[in-house]
Amino acid sequence: MKIRVFVTLKNGVLDPQGKAIHHALEGLGFDGVSDVRAGRLIELDVDENVRDEDVQDMCKKLLANTVIENFEIERN
Amino acid sequence: MKAAVIQFPGSNCDRDMKVALEQVMGAKTLLHWHGDADLAKDIEFIAIPGGFSYGDYLRSGAMAARSPVMKAIIAASNRGVPILGVCNGFQILTESGLLPGALMRNASQNFICRDVQLRVNKDTLFTKGYADDEIISIPIAHHDGNYFADEATIKTLEDSGRIAFRYAEDVNGSIANIAGIINKAGNVLGMMPHPERAVDSKHGGIDGQKLFHSLVKELI
Repeated sequence: MKIRVFVTLKNGVLDPQGKAIHHALEGLGFDGVSDVRAGRLIELDVDENVRDEDVQDMCKKLLANTVIENFEIERN
Repeated sequence: MKAAVIQFPGSNCDRDMKVALEQVMGAKTLLHWHGDADLAKDIEFIAIPGGFSYGDYLRSGAMAARSPVMKAIIAASNRGVPILGVCNGFQILTESGLLPGALMRNASQNFICRDVQLRVNKDTLFTKGYADDEIISIPIAHHDGNYFADEATIKTLEDSGRIAFRYAEDVNGSIANIAGIINKAGNVLGMMPHPERAVDSKHGGIDGQKLFHSLVKELI
């Protein structure tokens, strides 16, 4: 089973990378973008018996740094 | 006195640190490979050096913080053994939870490599040898040194005198110009600047010496 974990910076945490991307988009002439936040997508291939709680645990212990990041888990 | 410098794949300041501990502290210093979970119990000082452990995969210090030796380092910390993390070592200490907060990409997005002025808080185990508010010059070399913690954590650090070093001016976007902090018990210091690169006049400066001297006085 595939699981996708989306790791994003918390609100209020400065995202210099997002700012640089935003700046580059403006440089390319793309108007109308008011903000850019960059994150990370991690895809996991897991056995059926891996529970939601296990994935939560993986996120808290390694995949995300919860001091600065939020995570969302998507199963399909 | 016996000290250990922890080596991870991608550490690159391990030998400089060893030389500093030997020359300035007179410590018998061993290099300890991260995969070895057993750290000798008679180690009196642990240094986690700078570098790019695991190629900064996932986040700087994230993989190293989960490596086998870290349990022994956390146990040593709980016994009160002084632990110094420099640069990537600071990132590893925050990722492992031994120090609060996180080190993010520099606000400028640039890798910064130059001498910086630091203001010292002398009321820590590691900084006793300095004068209060002494301004010292120490090199930095990092991409991810922008210290972040939530407001409550910053207030706790400020109120309890746990900010050991501040940049004299904004260098990388760090909140409150934080360059180095200690843990609650006072035996763990993490700092982005490299004191081990300022201990010999041939380095261009010796302002890092007093940090190691402070520890020697404490430990012997």
